[in-house]
Amino acid sequence: MSSMSGTSSSATSASPSASVPATGTTKGVPRLRKRREHSAGRPKRSVLLTVLTGLILVYTVVPLIWLVISATKTQEGLADSSGLWFADDFALWSNIRDTFTYHDGIFVRWLLNTLLYVGLGAGGATFLAILGGYALAKFNFPGKRGVFAVVIGAVAVPGTALAVPTFLMFSKMGLTDTPWAVIIPSLVSPFGLYLMWVFATEAIPVELLEAARIDGAGEARTFFTVALPLLAPGIVTVLLFTTVATWNNYFLPLIMLKDPDWYPLTLGLDAWNNQAQTIGGDVIFNLVITGSLLTIVPLIAAFLLLQKYWQSGLAAGSVKE
Amino acid sequence: MRRTTSRLMRGLAVLSVLALGATACGGSDDDSSGSKPVSAGDVQAALKKGGSVTVWAWEPTLKTVAADFQKKYPKVKINLVAERSGDKHYTALSNAISAEKGVPDVAQVEYFALGQYALTKGLSDLAPYGADKLKSKYTAGPWNAVTQGSDKVWGLPMDSGPMALYYNKKVFDKYKIAVPTTWDEYVEAARKLHKADPKVYIANDAGDAGFTTSMLWQAGSRPYKVDGTKVSVDFSDAGAKKFTDTWQKLIDEKLVAPINGWTDDWYKGLGDGTIATLASGAWMPANFVTGVPNAAGDWRAAPMPAWTKGDKASAENGGSSLTLPELGKNKELAYAFVEYANSGAGVQSRVKEGAFPATNAELQADSFLNTEFEYFGGQKANEIFADSAANVADDWSYLPFQQYANSIFNDTVGKAYVGNTKLTDGLKSWQDASVKYGKEQGFTVE
Repeated sequence: MSSMSGTSSSATSASPSASVPATGTTKGVPRLRKRREHSAGRPKRSVLLTVLTGLILVYTVVPLIWLVISATKTQEGLADSSGLWFADDFALWSNIRDTFTYHDGIFVRWLLNTLLYVGLGAGGATFLAILGGYALAKFNFPGKRGVFAVVIGAVAVPGTALAVPTFLMFSKMGLTDTPWAVIIPSLVSPFGLYLMWVFATEAIPVELLEAARIDGAGEARTFFTVALPLLAPGIVTVLLFTTVATWNNYFLPLIMLKDPDWYPLTLGLDAWNNQAQTIGGDVIFNLVITGSLLTIVPLIAAFLLLQKYWQSGLAAGSVKE
Repeated sequence: MRRTTSRLMRGLAVLSVLALGATACGGSDDDSSGSKPVSAGDVQAALKKGGSVTVWAWEPTLKTVAADFQKKYPKVKINLVAERSGDKHYTALSNAISAEKGVPDVAQVEYFALGQYALTKGLSDLAPYGADKLKSKYTAGPWNAVTQGSDKVWGLPMDSGPMALYYNKKVFDKYKIAVPTTWDEYVEAARKLHKADPKVYIANDAGDAGFTTSMLWQAGSRPYKVDGTKVSVDFSDAGAKKFTDTWQKLIDEKLVAPINGWTDDWYKGLGDGTIATLASGAWMPANFVTGVPNAAGDWRAAPMPAWTKGDKASAENGGSSLTLPELGKNKELAYAFVEYANSGAGVQSRVKEGAFPATNAELQADSFLNTEFEYFGGQKANEIFADSAANVADDWSYLPFQQYANSIFNDTVGKAYVGNTKLTDGLKSWQDASVKYGKEQGFTVE
């Protein structure tokens, strides 16, 4: 620790050697200068923080690199070569082709299922969160504090814990083994609701709503034409959250679905992986890996494209304006 | 998805009820239902009338069987649901039975798990369909497994796993070591191999309930005795001692690789020569071909090492049956399919695709015995497997809650593999935990 901070102070910037004696003698003026030097535009650099973020970067990126490299190997290549470098043969294209054609192209079916669950589940969850968040933020009604307590409580309960009771309920209704069993529970996102609530409180001035009402707009029109555009960054944030949650959802479909034709990608890849543990099963680790890579590509794309909104949405409410 | 805490508690309660329900005793249910004999004519009529049969089974060769069956009986639709196996399969099956909804008409159940479903009356007795007359068709081990030693038939044997010793000939040749024929020679070979190359281990074993029970079976130990709801567990007989004495040496001297079976590490070790032998069921060749393609030609099969020189006793490892869950529909059609797949024409097509049969006719057929395994360098490995099948003692039984017992294997016996305790002590604590659970479930445990 001590050696670390020692190197950090000597390497942080060129200025300390000049400014340290200054702070010792006169107090007011150099302080101001120092603060300006490391302001938002040019923050103070710290070796310790750089090393820590570097470690986290390695920690998060190495599995990704492993995945990309391994996706270029055949089943033989995976066994013969080291994990973090390429094998002799480059089989990425044939792996991708095999992934899409294995078992009569069931991977495509799983991909479409996932898109369906994300489209209806995450899309629906976002829509409901917007409606609910807006209503809670801008309307007063009895029991609002109670609703608040329930939503906060619900954020703390992991969805996995409710999967089995949900299964029994759906089973009574005869909905298990249908897409509805995955879509309907995905429609509820307490965290998304909470986020929209906080965001709507900050982002929509009450005066604006009042102006719209005075001009004669009905509540629906006020919501869709005035409030909704203001909520855009928050909506993207919630949409990303729910999309990731639904895209990666594993446990709920695991207990709800039996028919492989309705599997999402997560279950499908797991089923492929399990073939290696089955007597007489076809061992296809190469396709599991390539399939995993293909599965995360859309998520990465969504993050990169929506990054701008995502950041501003996350920061919402952090600064009082 | 997320609601309140009381829901959570209720959820946990239901979860535990489900877990218990899967293994609880049936109690005083009388089984007057379905004991009427079903004539072959009934089955034929049902086949003519048609309908659909939902089959939950991961056995890959059933795909062809289902297609052939539908070709033969065009009015019958086989809906084969095949993507789930092992624990996940049993969880789904138990859930469906508890919920009384979505129960399949036919389910694949491994021999070790049969007792559990049979005892909870989750399965239909197939004797009234005429399955009891098929006894002579099957080898002793699998037949004993599906009847649980009673006059009921809980399923028809699909495949079997008489054990053999697979060994990497290239590695053995390289270090000029003879293939062990007894377990003492096996320990010697393990020492020599590991000394010659510290990266090479005679086998992998990080604690595997299925393997350990099969080894006990071969050593003549009979730890489980089951008579209806009366159960006993005892790992202290002479056979168990033979196994623990030998295996403790391998563990103490670090001669077995600490790699779990069925993982990618395992497939890798089998491929690159770090795991030199594998004692496993006769179904293994199919997994070698797809899972370890880079070692094609390196491996051979040999008879299991004996506990005393010249002894030919063998055991079963793995294998499964097709069963008719009690709550399934279209029983006649379901039985017709099971019979076709496991006793009729389906057996031949499955053997052709690499399955290892449980039927005497196929096991003794010349075409079967003379099959040359390209992967094993042209060896006629079926001769070894068939010989092993003929030498399986048929008086072994698993616990009626073996699935649970196997799930706690790593918490008890598994400790011996990381050096915290001895194998015998590990088995003792496995025994105690199994007894405790059995009592909780309402069994009379001695």
